[in-house]
Amino acid sequence: MTPYSLFILAMFIGREILSKVPQTLHTPLMSGSNAISGITIVGALVSAGMVGGVWAKWIGFAALIFATINVVGGFMVTGRMLQMFKKKPTE
Amino acid sequence: MPSGLVNGLYLFSAILFIVGLKRLQSPVTARRGNRLAALGMLIAVIVTLFSQEILTPIEMIGGLLIGGFIGAVLAMRVQMTAMPELVAAFNGFGGLASALVAAAEIIPMVLEHDGAAGIDSGVFPYLSVLVGMVTFSGSVIAFLKLSGKMTGNPVEFPGRYVVLVIFLALMIASIVWTFIGGEILLCFLILAALSLIFGILIVLPIGGADMPVIVAFLNALSGLAAAATGFVLSNTVLIISGALVGASGIMLTNTMCVAMNRKFWQVMVGGFGGDSDEDGAGKLADGRTITSTTPDDTAIMLSYARKVIIVPGYGLAVAQAQHQVRELADVLQAQGVEVKYAVHPVAGRMPGHMNVLLAEANVPYDSLFEMDEINHEFESTDVALVIGANDVVNPAARHDKSSPIYGMPILNVDHAESVVFLKRSMRPGYSGVPNLLFFEPNTRMLFGDAKDSVTELINEVKAV
Repeated sequence: MTPYSLFILAMFIGREILSKVPQTLHTPLMSGSNAISGITIVGALVSAGMVGGVWAKWIGFAALIFATINVVGGFMVTGRMLQMFKKKPTE
Repeated sequence: MPSGLVNGLYLFSAILFIVGLKRLQSPVTARRGNRLAALGMLIAVIVTLFSQEILTPIEMIGGLLIGGFIGAVLAMRVQMTAMPELVAAFNGFGGLASALVAAAEIIPMVLEHDGAAGIDSGVFPYLSVLVGMVTFSGSVIAFLKLSGKMTGNPVEFPGRYVVLVIFLALMIASIVWTFIGGEILLCFLILAALSLIFGILIVLPIGGADMPVIVAFLNALSGLAAAATGFVLSNTVLIISGALVGASGIMLTNTMCVAMNRKFWQVMVGGFGGDSDEDGAGKLADGRTITSTTPDDTAIMLSYARKVIIVPGYGLAVAQAQHQVRELADVLQAQGVEVKYAVHPVAGRMPGHMNVLLAEANVPYDSLFEMDEINHEFESTDVALVIGANDVVNPAARHDKSSPIYGMPILNVDHAESVVFLKRSMRPGYSGVPNLLFFEPNTRMLFGDAKDSVTELINEVKAV
């Protein structure tokens, strides 16, 4: 499958799944999906581990730090929010 | 590690992201969904660490530790009321990371091949830098606006549209230039700088009322930046995840626009609403005036009501009054009053802002109602208690064709028997539009800080 078709298909899957997310969870959806966009971390790791150019390595290192903030912070804060949405005992 | 296995595991990560996001369809399964997505990310990171020829593991581990520490501290320390600016900041970090990865890919290629290579990977490194940088600088401005470190008013400058179009043209030109033999590194740096400024220019004119749209839009961009980086690296998991996040952000952007009856381009043109400090008049030209009330009068109204609907808005977030509001609802319920919450989709500064705040105060999510679910219930409501909301209940949206908010779906609080507004002053809402509902005979205004007012209400209701 070409990268293009993959991209388009993923967009459609995203739309189908996410349009059913209730308004109540829109903020966790945003912070959670934002954490997923930190997947750039994979690319950053590759660049940071390169032995070729010194430049590339340090740019990659900076990318790695930012992507990791995004990933760790994003998932943790989403977890914190969702913790609050636990079913409360109804009176 | 064989590349087939690596790709298989990447695909597995992507599937975990999809399943994780699907679980967000209900508050009951959402926490597990978040954990699944985090697990997917962990797998992707571990696979990358093992599949690469790790020659300098110190940088990798060091980067992961530093970033992880900063992220964890930010996530644990943030107040729920500060969530919009944190989400904006994280968006920015994601965009910057994508742009940097693209730079790390293209710069060595250029240096090794005397500025002649880099064309093999096509236009994607440039797209990645463009979208990543716009996301980054746009998010920085959004962060500054949302956290109150700079004015929430639209910052407008003459000839804005012309400037934006020129910038866009220059950005495209710098990409085209590389393909017709320009110095690649130079073009690349010019493009990065132009994109950085462009991001600032598009968010500066956005007024407070449109903030939820722009936060959602930056969310979409951060995903698209990751996807563009995926095209650069021909990495499936990046493409799939980036597309998912892009779809999510676009969906939210669209939902917010629909909820405000505004087209996306109208938002981008900017200039709508701000933190006006100007006091509105307490009197209309035709002589109608507002009726202000006191906490004890309001407490009596509430105690003798059968049904009360609470309408929260941004003012509640500013005053951090969510816990007091929950307590007031508890006290009323203990006296047999039916209490519900009506949440407008654009109440607050980001999608779902009010829901998060009220959840923090332990309001059960099944007593929060969306606009369409609850709007018919105002007819049978004795008191609509509007706390720090304004535009989302302004009837001008229904009939005043000259109003900037005309056509925006609103909560029908004016159908309730009586309406009480908790407000700090007479200033208009974020849209800057005056609210005629203040002057209706069945409307009462309770001025003061939302937290103080609600605390007084609790005491008075207990005393009734």
